[in-house]
Amino acid sequence: MNDSEKNLKKLKVSALKNGTVIDHIPPQNLFKVISILGLDKIREDMITFGMNLDSKAMGSKALIKISNKYFEDDDINRIALIAPNAKLNIIKDYKVVEKKEVQVPDEVIGIVKCFNPKCITNHEDISTSFKVINKDPLELKCKYCEKITNKDQMFLK
Amino acid sequence: MSKRDLISIMDYTKEEYLRIMELAAEFEKNPNQDLLKGKVVATLFFEPSTRTRLSFETAINRLGGKVIGFSDSNNSSVSKGETLYDTIKIVSNYADLIIIRHPLEGSARYAAEISSVPVINAGDGANQHPSQTLLDMYSIKKTQGTLDNLNIFMVGDLKYGRTVHSLLMAISQFENPIFNFIAPEELQIPKEYKIYLKEKGIRFFEHPEFTDIISEADIVYMTRVQKERFSDPIEYENVKNVFILKNKMLEKTKPNMRILHPLPRINEISRDVDQNKKAYYFQQAHNGIFAREAIIAHTLGLD
Repeated sequence: MNDSEKNLKKLKVSALKNGTVIDHIPPQNLFKVISILGLDKIREDMITFGMNLDSKAMGSKALIKISNKYFEDDDINRIALIAPNAKLNIIKDYKVVEKKEVQVPDEVIGIVKCFNPKCITNHEDISTSFKVINKDPLELKCKYCEKITNKDQMFLK
Repeated sequence: MSKRDLISIMDYTKEEYLRIMELAAEFEKNPNQDLLKGKVVATLFFEPSTRTRLSFETAINRLGGKVIGFSDSNNSSVSKGETLYDTIKIVSNYADLIIIRHPLEGSARYAAEISSVPVINAGDGANQHPSQTLLDMYSIKKTQGTLDNLNIFMVGDLKYGRTVHSLLMAISQFENPIFNFIAPEELQIPKEYKIYLKEKGIRFFEHPEFTDIISEADIVYMTRVQKERFSDPIEYENVKNVFILKNKMLEKTKPNMRILHPLPRINEISRDVDQNKKAYYFQQAHNGIFAREAIIAHTLGLD
């Protein structure tokens, strides 16, 4: 990579003064991540995102930069189901002050649809609630119908 | 004290199972007691289930309570499009206890979250039917004198049968059970239950048809094989006559052995078995009244 290419890359992903960078998101789930974290509701602070960026580990990835925003662990772990390898860089005054990885939580509230068509949560306006009984491969037990939704059956609400 | 619901059989501890057994025995000795005097119990049956509803309503009447409710959602505001949420909100202001039967799975747990009064699940789709399991346990306790060290045979539809799954989970809390599963290939006990038994170190055996091993049984728990469970109707025709219990098959069985069935039966227990003293399914249904009196008393903290 020559200098001008490096500059181009810099331009694509401009530096953040304060805020959070969420890296290594599977590109196909970028917009789901935006929706789960409610980034589409932010009205003031600048958000940039990149999709289909080259990644040594993933081949292709997406990333999001959010100015002036820091996440609680419980909030950020909500994306673990669809971006299990996501990494967070906490930026203060242009410097990475902390790196974090997402963790699959013990409980999943909302977000995921129960795969059982006869479950009450698919018939009334109820927030779903699952206990994570296995993190890898992912298995969620519905608090209501007690059926297990696995990774292949998982759809987001 | 927090509200005590009975939604899933695993909501109770082993001590509570034993408490229900004890109470049911007391109600059997003296079924008519005025524990529910001045109380109103709502039986909300969003799908018809005559046997379960009559059993609960008999239990309430014998305890001196009053019943309100409906036996079919066509007779309720559900047919006008009312949500379960609204129905439960309103009824929990009217009644001291709600007993709910609903075709959707998880509906009873949801109702319990909404309701300010205790909720008893009388069946939520294919999920849970804990009062059936407690009456099954009471029938076992009554006929065997114990819930420990029993060899329990489960026969028929072990894949979809919720009564089988709940009974297996409950009996697994007791000492040293052995399970024998007799089911057609398509209706075998699900893997998750086998894993559960293995983890608990409980012995179990699977058989594709009735064998002489039935002579070791303390309890034979029969279920019906339902035609609609089979993807191939020819397969059903092949299977349906393999899982019929006939009187002559009982010759070498143990004297204490009893046959249970959650009912209704179709043809899986031959009529000639009814005369055998080991046939216990009609008494089992009768025991349902005492088990339900016990559950109601326990749920309302009247025991």
